[in-house]
Amino acid sequence: MTGPAEERLTADVLVIGGGPAGAWAAWSAASHGARTVLADKGYLGTSGATAPGGTGFLYVEPDREKREKAVAERLKSGGFLSESPWIYRLMEQAYLNIQLVEKWGYRFPLDENGNLYKSHMQGPEYMELMRRVVRKAGVTILDQHPALELLVDEHGVGGARGVNRLTGGSWEVRANAVVIATGGCAFLSKGLGCNVQTGDGQLMASELGVEMSGMEFSRQYATTAAFSTITRNRVLGFASFYDGEGNLIHEGGPREDHFFAKHLAQGPVYAKLTHGNTPEKQAIIRASTPLWFVPFDRAGIDPFTQSFPIQMRYEGTIRGTGGIRLTGDYCQTSVQGLFAAGDAASREKTAGAKSGGGAYNASWAIASGTWSGKGAAEHALAQGKDASHRNVKPAGRHGLAHTADSTAPIPVREVVKAVQDEMFPLRINYFRSEPVLAGALERLDRQWPLVQGAVGPSATGRVQAREAAAMVANARWMYTAALIRKETRGMHTMAEYPELDDSMNRRLLLSGIERIAHRWESVPSGGQTVPPVTVKEGLTV
Amino acid sequence: MIELVSEERCVTCGLCVKVCPTNVFDADDAGLPVIARQEDCQTCFMCEAYCPVDALFVAHHADEKVEVTEQDLVDRSMLGSWRAIIGFGSNGKVSMAASDTTPILRSVRPGAGGRGEAQRQRNTTV
Repeated sequence: MTGPAEERLTADVLVIGGGPAGAWAAWSAASHGARTVLADKGYLGTSGATAPGGTGFLYVEPDREKREKAVAERLKSGGFLSESPWIYRLMEQAYLNIQLVEKWGYRFPLDENGNLYKSHMQGPEYMELMRRVVRKAGVTILDQHPALELLVDEHGVGGARGVNRLTGGSWEVRANAVVIATGGCAFLSKGLGCNVQTGDGQLMASELGVEMSGMEFSRQYATTAAFSTITRNRVLGFASFYDGEGNLIHEGGPREDHFFAKHLAQGPVYAKLTHGNTPEKQAIIRASTPLWFVPFDRAGIDPFTQSFPIQMRYEGTIRGTGGIRLTGDYCQTSVQGLFAAGDAASREKTAGAKSGGGAYNASWAIASGTWSGKGAAEHALAQGKDASHRNVKPAGRHGLAHTADSTAPIPVREVVKAVQDEMFPLRINYFRSEPVLAGALERLDRQWPLVQGAVGPSATGRVQAREAAAMVANARWMYTAALIRKETRGMHTMAEYPELDDSMNRRLLLSGIERIAHRWESVPSGGQTVPPVTVKEGLTV
Repeated sequence: MIELVSEERCVTCGLCVKVCPTNVFDADDAGLPVIARQEDCQTCFMCEAYCPVDALFVAHHADEKVEVTEQDLVDRSMLGSWRAIIGFGSNGKVSMAASDTTPILRSVRPGAGGRGEAQRQRNTTV
């Protein structure tokens, strides 16, 4: 990809990623007057962890007492790494934008008091709506256009290049501002909608010198039927659980901490939805989470009366909170013109060290998308000329055809398997301990030279080679950070250090890819809550 | 994983090729989608949701191939079943969002106590 690209566009803002964060970023950028292009690896409407299933939102009415309570709870559960002005701001922005979603036509259900219930959305309809909103805002959408690398000059980022998966051709979008909204990294674990997110954006940002923050907060799994991808734990709240001999190990209702991991570490675990014990209850459970039942109906298993095996699927930094370090109120990074939103960004400012899964991350996607879009638009529109005049160069350094340092092809499948073997097992990544993590990191380090190899010409080959490099990089960041944080905080645990250590009330930043350096950053205290972004526009789509 | 493209039903609109988030399909010379990279299927069911003629079938198993026949799937009313639940293509008659029972899920959860029964009775009278 050193020659000119077949498809060339110039915009003010390029958004990379078409999940909710990318959609909100593109809408926001366009609504602030920027010519905006959104390029997604898949399709805006189906890409990302939100689209296939349902998701809860952090949605708190503008009631001072309720919001103060929510903030106090999160500061504590988030291991004191979040910032109250950011949490207030998150709640306000998500609240306002969810009113827009309603006006745009999302059909919220009624609660028991006859009021619209707006703290949960069904992904297919939500993201189908967001696609229409983004189009109506005038954004150029490039589906099946994975980005492979950023473009850069001495003024910062200037666009990106990638491949069109449908034609095999290459594309280049010049833009004075770029928003990375490519999601977290779950290493192709097949958690629902998670396989698009292979940490590509984190690698691209890191190649420009941006730091990662909170990568140790990546110890996150979700429980599914063993054959299924549908990671919606709330259905399992209606289950009783059994061991391999059929002995009851849990009757249903609230479970002890680490219940699934502890029992799965000992042997198979089976579930049955024994608490869905009337047709009426079954209908309610089904209609809340319809996709969860689809694989069962197809397999001919009635989960209310038949038991089924369960397993845990790794969710990495999709439900974890680590990612690209943000440096400004509008999701700026340390590189001029480069912004990050959604799960690609560190969510420590709002969620802290505890999973932002469901509510916090879903609202963060809305809010950080909106903020980054405004920031990117204002940055781009303040430049004297557009990015087509800049002498930008491709910044990718790993897993690309033009960066190969040997003629041996990257063994993509072997590398992915090797990374998964270190990241998925509960005994390594869930029950974290120093010697085990250190051994895993050493083996991951040995994968790194392999992703500097040659890359085949096919679109799939180019994308998957780059994904392999991104996954090795993200895995190494996660375990490097986990070994440095010698304590237990939020979702991060270490067997040797089971307590929270006050001297580590700080964020852990990593830089570099081949050689990873670290430093600590104190959590800003005080500060004003930045007012929400409001957009004046037609409200119908 | 995706297991079936019904040639009989397919209208070669190309939508599944375009919407698959993990690029599992290629279109052949006649425009018919081919399952080119089944191992990349993430079993998210989105292709089925978008197929306007219910020509696709994603089986329940995420990691293993499942043998299916079109006739059996038709007999079991499986083709198009997920799209029908969402309500895509129903012109608004069906909406998974509008019929979302999340707001009352808590009332039937174990541990909700006596409140559950009373709450549900109230719901059914609304």
